[in-house]
Amino acid sequence: MNKLSRRKLITGGLAATAGVSSLAVATNLAERYGLIPPDHGGLYGAGETLTYAAQRILTRHSMAREFPRSEISKVPFANGEAPKDDAFRRLQAGGFADWRLAVDGMVAKPASFSLAELKSYPARSQITHLACEEGWSYIAEWTGVPLSHVLNKVGVLPQAKYVVYFSIDRDWWDSIDMADALHPQTLMAYGMNGGELPLGNGGPLRMRVPRQLGYKNVKYIARLTVTDDLKRFGKGLGSAPPEGGYAWYAGI
Amino acid sequence: MAVPAATTVPARHSALVRVTHWITTLSFLALLVTGVEIVISHPRFYWGEAGNILTPPLFKIPIPASRSSVPTGYGYVLPDQNGWSRYLHFQAAWVAVLTGLLYVVSSLLNGHFRKNLMPSGSDLSWRGFSTVIANHLRLKPASEADARSYNVVQRLTYLCVIFVLFPLVIWTGLAMSPAFASAFPAAVSVLGGQQSARTIHFFVSVFLFLFLLVHVLMICVSGFRRRMRAMITGNDGTEEERA
Repeated sequence: MNKLSRRKLITGGLAATAGVSSLAVATNLAERYGLIPPDHGGLYGAGETLTYAAQRILTRHSMAREFPRSEISKVPFANGEAPKDDAFRRLQAGGFADWRLAVDGMVAKPASFSLAELKSYPARSQITHLACEEGWSYIAEWTGVPLSHVLNKVGVLPQAKYVVYFSIDRDWWDSIDMADALHPQTLMAYGMNGGELPLGNGGPLRMRVPRQLGYKNVKYIARLTVTDDLKRFGKGLGSAPPEGGYAWYAGI
Repeated sequence: MAVPAATTVPARHSALVRVTHWITTLSFLALLVTGVEIVISHPRFYWGEAGNILTPPLFKIPIPASRSSVPTGYGYVLPDQNGWSRYLHFQAAWVAVLTGLLYVVSSLLNGHFRKNLMPSGSDLSWRGFSTVIANHLRLKPASEADARSYNVVQRLTYLCVIFVLFPLVIWTGLAMSPAFASAFPAAVSVLGGQQSARTIHFFVSVFLFLFLLVHVLMICVSGFRRRMRAMITGNDGTEEERA
């Protein structure tokens, strides 16, 4: 029994203790700096947390690549169709003059904006890539008001951690952390390639988060809610995609 | 305490090699299955930055797709498996990358690469290659020494898998990530764009799969039980035969 020496037992014990306590410290730090995604539970939680934490550390301030005009896709692919319900059709018939973007939750002054109001704010145009998790992509010029501008209008409370956004189509809602919400390239987009944003591409109003994949770029946005706790929305996984088996964070 | 002579024979594979080998095997299989599932949602490949069903593809894989929007020529759509496939693909990638780092760093430190995988100067000759290839073509069983070491073709293949194919598949995988691309834009443009990265990722994965097939075939040919035993217990049974 010499093989299992006292020294080995002591080193092994120390290593195990160090491992467990550093894991606890890491979890604590990750929690404090917002590095744990809302869908961290379950079978794939470990990988998901590593991906989100690593990318959040690397990309907190990085800018999505912008392209020259020559790279704009000749035929941008519109995935899916506009909602077919009566409410949407009525808004469409009125040229979306009655479209409203409501902003509520952890804000000083909840408000509701018309498209005309959003268009009167300083606009930003950027030629960026929109990639779908399936593998296809296109490049277009997107025009809109930075989400940070809208958030400044309503005054986000300091304890806010996420912005939840809802499509007029109730099945589609998602959320992003404040790093993405306040990022200068995150737009409430209403224009594409110099014209109005086509219905198939999310018109009249689409969330554009160019550092994440297509499905985070929810179309037909009608409401934003600022919050510090995603557990209160849906099944508490942060957005609709995890309820259908897809990751909340889509930076990869 | 009497030490049996056999234990002086070093293990065929060190514990570190065996453990990292099997963890890599499991994560590679997970990456392979989930990677195929993800390709099924868009079995078309492009070159450059962008590409979609309205863009002429570089090539298509003639299989049905799991999305009705993709024109495949088949009258049906396969079930969507991308949700769990993407979750598992990235989790398995983390396991493979961390295991690979542990293996590479410790093998650099303990001389595993130098001793067991770097071909010797004399083997790197036309004669060295032709001997190995001729022996394979004649289906000549490996000599006693060869069974406990790697020949020059094996050494170069393993080095290529470890230092070319794995780094390239990790790089091209990351280059498809929009967040990674925002932090390291040059890592994408050097490859020719995000769709080029996806196409290269596919081909490198095909090469890794071919390596896996040949690797398993050679293990079957050269004695499945003995090779498996060597990679599981570290000991291939030759010393008992000798004893």
